[in-house]
Amino acid sequence: MIAELGHFSLCLAFALAFAQTVLPLWGAARGHSRLVAAAAPLAVGQLLATAAAFAALLAVFAVNDTSVINVVQNSHSAKPMLYKLAGAWGNHEGSMLLWVLILALCGGAVAGFGRDLPGLLRARVLAVLGMVALGFLGFVLATSNPFGRVWPPAADGQGLNPVLQDPGLAFHPPLLYLGYVGYAVTFAFAVAALMEGRVDAAWGRWVRPWALAAWSFLTLGIALGSWWAYYELGWGGWWFWDPVENASLLPWLAGSALLHSAIVVEKREALKVWSVLLALLAFGFSLLGTFLVRSGVLNSVHAFANDPERGVFILGLLIFYVGGSFLLFAIRAPAMAPTGMFAPLSREGGLVLNNLLLCAMAAVVLTGTLWPMFADLLFQQKISVGPPFFNSALLPLAAPLIAAMAAGPMLAWKRARLWPVLQRLWWAALAAFGAFALTLAYAGWRIGPALGFAAALWLIGGALADIVERIALFRRPAAAWSRARGLPRAAWGAAVAHAGLGVSILGMAGMGLATDRLAAVSPGQSLQHAGYEWRLDRVEDVIGPNWTARRATVTVLRNNAVVTVLTPERRFFPVGRMNTTEAAIRTSIGGDLYAVLGEEQNGQAVLRVHDNPLAPWIWLGGAIMALGGALSLSDRRVRVAAPAPRAAAGVKV
Amino acid sequence: MLRRIAFAALLLAGPAFAVGLPSEMLQDPAQEARAREIGRELRCLVCQNQSIEDSEAGLARDLRRIVRERVSAGESDAQVVAFVHDRYGDFVLLRPPFNAVTAVLWGAPLLALGGGVLAIVLSRRRMRSALVAEVAPLSPEERARLAALELIEEDKRIS
Amino acid sequence: MATTSRRVLMLAPLGLAAAGGAGFYAMLRGMGSGSYDPKGVPSVLVGKPAPAFVLPALDEAGVPGLEDSALRELPAPVLVNFWASWCVPCIVEHPQLMTLAREGVPVFGINYKDKPVDAAAFLARRGNPFQRLGRDEPGRVAIDWGVYGVPETYILDRKGIIRWRWPGPVTPEVLAQDIRPLLRRHA
Repeated sequence: MIAELGHFSLCLAFALAFAQTVLPLWGAARGHSRLVAAAAPLAVGQLLATAAAFAALLAVFAVNDTSVINVVQNSHSAKPMLYKLAGAWGNHEGSMLLWVLILALCGGAVAGFGRDLPGLLRARVLAVLGMVALGFLGFVLATSNPFGRVWPPAADGQGLNPVLQDPGLAFHPPLLYLGYVGYAVTFAFAVAALMEGRVDAAWGRWVRPWALAAWSFLTLGIALGSWWAYYELGWGGWWFWDPVENASLLPWLAGSALLHSAIVVEKREALKVWSVLLALLAFGFSLLGTFLVRSGVLNSVHAFANDPERGVFILGLLIFYVGGSFLLFAIRAPAMAPTGMFAPLSREGGLVLNNLLLCAMAAVVLTGTLWPMFADLLFQQKISVGPPFFNSALLPLAAPLIAAMAAGPMLAWKRARLWPVLQRLWWAALAAFGAFALTLAYAGWRIGPALGFAAALWLIGGALADIVERIALFRRPAAAWSRARGLPRAAWGAAVAHAGLGVSILGMAGMGLATDRLAAVSPGQSLQHAGYEWRLDRVEDVIGPNWTARRATVTVLRNNAVVTVLTPERRFFPVGRMNTTEAAIRTSIGGDLYAVLGEEQNGQAVLRVHDNPLAPWIWLGGAIMALGGALSLSDRRVRVAAPAPRAAAGVKV
Repeated sequence: MLRRIAFAALLLAGPAFAVGLPSEMLQDPAQEARAREIGRELRCLVCQNQSIEDSEAGLARDLRRIVRERVSAGESDAQVVAFVHDRYGDFVLLRPPFNAVTAVLWGAPLLALGGGVLAIVLSRRRMRSALVAEVAPLSPEERARLAALELIEEDKRIS
Repeated sequence: MATTSRRVLMLAPLGLAAAGGAGFYAMLRGMGSGSYDPKGVPSVLVGKPAPAFVLPALDEAGVPGLEDSALRELPAPVLVNFWASWCVPCIVEHPQLMTLAREGVPVFGINYKDKPVDAAAFLARRGNPFQRLGRDEPGRVAIDWGVYGVPETYILDRKGIIRWRWPGPVTPEVLAQDIRPLLRRHA
């Protein structure tokens, strides 16, 4: 019954999305103000219907209704409640439903928060969002119905992939989707602007909060996913350049570029056409990721079970949205007059450089991800593109980006002089050089980590210098506090986000110095690694809610004082007959101590122990970056929509 | 479909996690470090997108062993990689070799950067000609006044 | 002119997207028909003779072992099949190998990473299609052949050149659509 209600709600949402697409566009074209005004209530209605469907899905998973195929395939009565619920979106069908729910949430947010938008623009934005929702609701209903029944009901479910039974992964998809789908809003703004044939400063101001919000969520989602891979997969690595990881990085890179170019649109009415293209690209990349992960054209650790039929449907959607918007772009963009001159050396110039490098990086990631598939298709050549390629191809682009990042926010608009900026940054440069030299002196000839530490201090120092300069900390210390409070939140946000990247790079550089040791030890024996004594106390059987495990107890000592006790496990999940390794990690500010239990032979257990200096800073940096985004978002100028622009009421096509 | 079963069978061990065996490792730390660097360049064929160093699949284990045998026999990095490459082809190399097919790949950074710079230069040139046609240049006095105004504005914004 | 080049530039995203879309469509079609397989790894041995190796016999099978010299000058094209008793798809393909053996097609086997007892039990239970059978317990010869999983099947022509490699089980379809035509062509 609940499942049928869910299915019905989904159909209702589809119908409402149809109305949300057609009525406002019709109204905007014919000047029917009532139809235009219908957009917002329809968006809210679609949100309610989709939310009801999602609630129904949660309910069937919560009660483990084994007459629903999706539950049978992905859940089990013995699972803890959190993973029963997370299981609802841990599979293809459920995650698509989550996807459309978040899309509906975005639509609802535009309807709710967008009261100050010109009525026609809002109607068009909502109509485009409705169009996106229509396609994906259609996809769910036609190929991926999560409410399908099976008769007779199964005795119990088949379980969820144990690797996915983890709190990090329970929240990774929702955050990631908030990011991906958030770009649907900037996409909708871009398409609406192309329909109106007008982009102005106000457009930049409306787009920026959405770009910021989507970017912050995507940053968090990517960081959480990387953290999960680090502690759950047990390889000690944190980024593998897997195609699915790349698929999330692409919208992030395009979205980061959009975030910056929208500032130029808002402040200087320049880069307008370019920003519109970026907004289209960011969402296009999100859709591309959806296609790659779910169609089966590539194979990856993370990919969903897939079939080509679904692939064709998503490809159709991809072609419709991306192709359609690019077509609209090709028709409308040439008519948009370029405005806003600036000198190459200026804030705008810096942001153009930022966009150039970010987009070049996106192009490299895109090529590296897709080329193996196209080389196979076109030349029947099987090649692999792995971490060695990405690292060496991206470094020459990332290095100048980071070098320019510290200076960029200090440049004046229109025309700037470099020398005063460099004077403000001399101590950041000194710190960076010191870090470089110190790393080489301390860790030996390790150029990568040394450059990483230098880059990190340069970024953090640059962000500090920016704030110090803006609040005149040294020139007028007495007024600094009040100036700090008066400083626009957007300025704080930018500094915090830039510093956050520095913190992440600090962690990456630290991980560059990580060491590990593999040894077979008997209980009672110890091994020495990284200045610690790792003593294996015992290995025993333990029983969890839906698994059994071998658990080792490893006491880590330094100078005979106990630092921590680690309990790495090898878990066995009887439902699904799978093994997982659970790394035991002790996180501290200085880094992680990380232990993995391997095979047992002749009374000895294989232990792999890692010393990962500064590792947690990688993800902490991600959180700081997202915090920077949130700070920017709380800026009054961003939150309060711009006064209605000149010709808001005119129907101009 | 049966291909699927075949792969499922290969992967029956579940997602493979490299813990490895201490006995596989080379005694000489420098050689072991070299073997690891080489292993990170080689793809585990049965598990997707993992290097042989990261995988616990049987084949990856065998290849790890072969890499170590050859390293300890005194072969150069290139010789060791060539041994595996001769048997498994380009697919096994995580760093694709440069050839006609991968030229696009390795050229991507330069192409993207060059294309971007070209687009920027062209659009600036067009913009300049469009603006020069419309607006008469400012006189030096006007410029000075404008600069002063902007400074004031900037100051207001901060305080 | 300037506006024309601008128009062309603005069309570039659409052009790239269209090319990508067409490519993806071809991939999806290819996946359906089997011509595009994101997981397959091609063999570098096709067009080359078998690598040098010598493998001992499985005594219980009652057939000689296998070495590369037996794969140089041949009266007829042969199949070389890598298999193991612990491999489920090997059970699936076994009847097809038996069919070929009954028809007189020379089928040579390489038993991969298997215990002799288990391999012998497998053949005793299901029949032995192999005229020659080598034991590759360490799995090193398989690596020389570029094998990445069992079962894998190779067809060698009469000069001993490897003409075809199939990773995965020999199903009746593979037998009819690939193996028989190849055997005829190289006869």
